Amino acid sequence: MNPRRKKRLLITSSLIAGLSLAIGLTLYALQQNIDLFYTPNEILNGKNETGEKPEIGQRLRIGGMVLNGSVQRNPESLKVSFDLIDNKAGQVTVYFDGILPDLFREGQGIVAQGVLKSENSIEAFEVLAKHDEEYMPPEVAEALKGMEHLKTESELAK
Amino acid sequence: MLPEIGQFTLILACVLSFLQMVYPLYGVQTGHQGAIRSARILTILQFIAVAFSFAILAYSFLINDFTIGYIATNSNSAMPWYFRLSAVWGAHEGSLLLWVFLLSGWSIAVALMSKRLPIESVARVLAVLGLLSFGFYLFVILTSNPFERTLPYFPIDGRDLNPLLQDFGLVIHPPMLYMGYVGFSVAFAFAIAALLEGRLDSAWAKWSRPWTMAAWVFLTVGIALGSWWAYYELGWGGWWFWDPVENASFMPWLAGTALIHSLAVSEKRGVFKSWTVLLALSAFSLSLLGTFLVRSGVLVSVHAFASDPTRGLFILGFLVLVIGGSLLLYAIQASKVKSRGRYELASRESMLLINNILLIAALIVVLLGTLLPLVHKEIGLGSISIGEPFFNRMFTILIVPFSLFLGVGSLFRWKRQQLNDLKKPLSLILILSVLSTIAFLFVFAPFLTWLAVLGTFLGFWIIVAVVYEIYLRSTHRHAFSKGVMKLGNSHWAMSLGHLGLAVIIIGITMTQNFSIEKDIKLAVGDHITFEHYDFHFDQVKPLNGPNYTGTVGIFTVKQDQKQIAVMKAEKRLYTVQRMPMTEAAIDAGITRDLYIAMGEQLPDGAWAVRIYYKPFIRWIWLGPLIMAFGGILMMCDRRYRSKKENADQDPMTTDKEGTENA
Repeated sequence: MNPRRKKRLLITSSLIAGLSLAIGLTLYALQQNIDLFYTPNEILNGKNETGEKPEIGQRLRIGGMVLNGSVQRNPESLKVSFDLIDNKAGQVTVYFDGILPDLFREGQGIVAQGVLKSENSIEAFEVLAKHDEEYMPPEVAEALKGMEHLKTESELAK
Repeated sequence: MLPEIGQFTLILACVLSFLQMVYPLYGVQTGHQGAIRSARILTILQFIAVAFSFAILAYSFLINDFTIGYIATNSNSAMPWYFRLSAVWGAHEGSLLLWVFLLSGWSIAVALMSKRLPIESVARVLAVLGLLSFGFYLFVILTSNPFERTLPYFPIDGRDLNPLLQDFGLVIHPPMLYMGYVGFSVAFAFAIAALLEGRLDSAWAKWSRPWTMAAWVFLTVGIALGSWWAYYELGWGGWWFWDPVENASFMPWLAGTALIHSLAVSEKRGVFKSWTVLLALSAFSLSLLGTFLVRSGVLVSVHAFASDPTRGLFILGFLVLVIGGSLLLYAIQASKVKSRGRYELASRESMLLINNILLIAALIVVLLGTLLPLVHKEIGLGSISIGEPFFNRMFTILIVPFSLFLGVGSLFRWKRQQLNDLKKPLSLILILSVLSTIAFLFVFAPFLTWLAVLGTFLGFWIIVAVVYEIYLRSTHRHAFSKGVMKLGNSHWAMSLGHLGLAVIIIGITMTQNFSIEKDIKLAVGDHITFEHYDFHFDQVKPLNGPNYTGTVGIFTVKQDQKQIAVMKAEKRLYTVQRMPMTEAAIDAGITRDLYIAMGEQLPDGAWAVRIYYKPFIRWIWLGPLIMAFGGILMMCDRRYRSKKENADQDPMTTDKEGTENA
């Protein structure tokens, strides 16, 4: 092989090797970090699309409405637990240790990110209530469709 | 009456932009001089028309004209005047008006400041800018008219601006960011014009370089401002969330950074030309994609997209047209572009190629992480989210080769570098950077982690390499003191840009590894101690603002028994939208920030409080400022000034010096 071709071969093959390594690593990292979204009902009975149930210990996101009267606080610390419900039969308890967002209220749709602890409870490391009252995450809106009677006070005031 | 005039001048600007697109191109095709010359005049007229329209909207905000629907939903008479003014770009319609206004601002800048360029080229560039303006004018006028009236039943007062946006950050963040986004349209227009002409030479790269740099500077500052704003306003002390909206601004930045590097190669060495063109097209296309993602509503909510499909579809159509059209043109014309220069594997060209490859890899990572959830949802696999760890891990991996090569890269010569010559400088840099890392961590790190060592080392590797390179370059022919004065602006620009990155890397490393975050329950009179700091919760007072009420928690902070600050963390309730907001108290410092945010009041009267200690977090925003300053220096380089006498000689001499000294 003449030197020029040799050089080209070297460059091309190293490029291909580097590229496939990069893609492999990226996909691996992606696979580790995709958090599926569940509604309370889907946690108990499996996802609507695939029927798959989440495994205990799996990282996931859950969205639903905070059940009125379900918020319980530990008087000594910031530990708090509350139940999330949806428009089907689901009801899942979320445990959280930290500061709840400003817009967290009973009767409000929220999203939590965490790990499934038992069949119907989640240890959350993040609780999100979006910063705009009118805005509801689309997934949550879907899970709550038809639950108009549970409107929050502020919404009723409008 | 005024809003109607504003609407009318907006339509006028739209028509003018259409003429600005058609007439000059016709002139260039037929050689009609008058038509070619008209490009400048039409651009100026278009700018005046849209500026007038923008001014009217701003004025209507100031005088609280709630007969305009957009103002009624996004302003309130209780807001102070400066927030009423910045509310102009507080929501969809107004920010698009700002977008077209800035676009015409860039167009007029090109029209007025490129007297040195051949008049046909200017005409082509302005025509392309006209096309972009025309598309956006149509979008504003047809789907998002900011002047729409609520007559005859208009409200007596407005519904207030989203409290998150009532902040100094919002006054300047969006205009800066948009200046950056829109600024890439100039590089885009230059690239399209060059493709139309079928002539891509070093002159082309030289013309578009300062424009690209200007846009990049704005975008850099805009992103940094956004990050700073999120840090103090969102109330949980993060500085980057890998949120799709943030990613939308980060992607053009990555492409733009690759572009300014590859433009340098195209200008100086005449290689990478077609690649540079492709980058110029991508940078602006990604800006458009960002606008589409943010403005169409697909990101925030799929339902918003469905409820007003015209907006989303319009931008999507425009996006496809611009990206598709430019790529098609590229496919047809790029083969005509020949890169003349040759270079060896070990050369500065290769180093810059690696820079570009890594930046594009980073871009693909962000693109993938941003779009995958959308695709996943659309093909019916259910909604997913891609966690921060994905981005963090990928960027931790990518930054290692990026910084290592960056440090070495500027020591390489153009064309060909004897690797043996680099042994001595490299070992010197290695030793010095290891020593600095050890010293730095010894002073500032409470304990060690692998990532902290790695990050600090990478930062110092760059700093030492940059300083050493300046030293080498200045002592090349003269004594250091004389040689260092002779370094050109471009050289300082490069050094500052790289130093800025080093500062960012060190800031991120320290913040991510050594932050202390305490979420605790505190009653008035309680205190908490960590890291030599003692936070005492003194009292809670009521708060009365112009359009909000609330409470303020007052904390005394002592460091080793000495009082260093009294911090006031606010909890506001904006009365119109009944929306609670957290205003964090921050005691800023160059090596650390103290951060207090009030959570909710618990049933027993105590408060949930967030207390953070964030070492070196200021460096994360200091770095971009250094980078931006470097960019400004580069634009002030003699060769880009429009002096006639410089035009012929300077590039040659600077080029030669640059090549030989490199």
